[in-house]
Amino acid sequence: MTHDHDATPTTPIAGTTDCERALAEVYAFLDAELTDAQRNQIMAHLEACSPCFEAFDFEAELRMVITTKTHSVEFPETLRIRIEEKLTYLRIQGSGGVGPDSGGEPGRGA
Amino acid sequence: MSRSGVRFSSRALMANQDAFAEQAMEYMPQLYSTALRMTHNASDAEDLVQETYLKAYKGFAGFEQGTNLRAWMFRILTNTYINSYRSKKRRPDETELDDVEDFYLYRRMGGLEAARASRSAEDELMDYFTDADVQAAIDALPESYRLAVLLSDVEGLSYKEIADDLDIPIGTVMSRLHRGRKALQKQLHDFAVDRGLADAVPEAP
Repeated sequence: MTHDHDATPTTPIAGTTDCERALAEVYAFLDAELTDAQRNQIMAHLEACSPCFEAFDFEAELRMVITTKTHSVEFPETLRIRIEEKLTYLRIQGSGGVGPDSGGEPGRGA
Repeated sequence: MSRSGVRFSSRALMANQDAFAEQAMEYMPQLYSTALRMTHNASDAEDLVQETYLKAYKGFAGFEQGTNLRAWMFRILTNTYINSYRSKKRRPDETELDDVEDFYLYRRMGGLEAARASRSAEDELMDYFTDADVQAAIDALPESYRLAVLLSDVEGLSYKEIADDLDIPIGTVMSRLHRGRKALQKQLHDFAVDRGLADAVPEAP
């Protein structure tokens, strides 16, 4: 599904060299991959430059939306029960002095 | 804990695995939601998570206590997926993504919050996209981009952890994240346009 007719005007963000430098690091910043010095430098710029702050803020919010909405899938509790049963089986098997290779997968075909 | 635990007696091993059962269970829903985005299929996702837990349980002696158990579980999940579930046909998908400009979504939708100052930006963006939108946008990414974006944006792993999990250089992780995220933004924008939301952006003269 494409929208080649999409002629929505793009909003310029900010234009100084400091802005360009900060905007180029937005992902490394949000991903916590910068050194403290790099991070502080960007923080200082964002405090002084509201257009860049807005852009960073948007990306941070978008990240939260993506994380939240991907994790919102319903978790099947039957899976937890199934896994706990298999782990319990392995543990009992282990405590009975049975060698690790002597047993098959638990619950196979059950 | 002592450093002498290099060789485990079977008793120590069992205590270790009991510890695993206590510590690792809380990550199951997160692992499942990621598995679902990897496999696109609930049944495969359940099998993948189960296999991950069985492998992790058996290999828990090799886990270094005090390091990141969650990252370790995601590494096993990713490796299991790559080795057992991923489609065999590898495509050079570096070329499958169109080049999308930086801040694609912000440039088109960032002005909306200012125009509706009565509501917070956070509420706006959360409300624009449904769970299904976000999930579909991730699903639409080519495989290698999808894995990188899932592990970073959704699970918060570091570039180094993702590089290790996918067995690619950190620079490749960064470029896949960069391009994958922009493609994701374009897809989300398409959804917003479909719903008439993006039309609310004021037209430039």
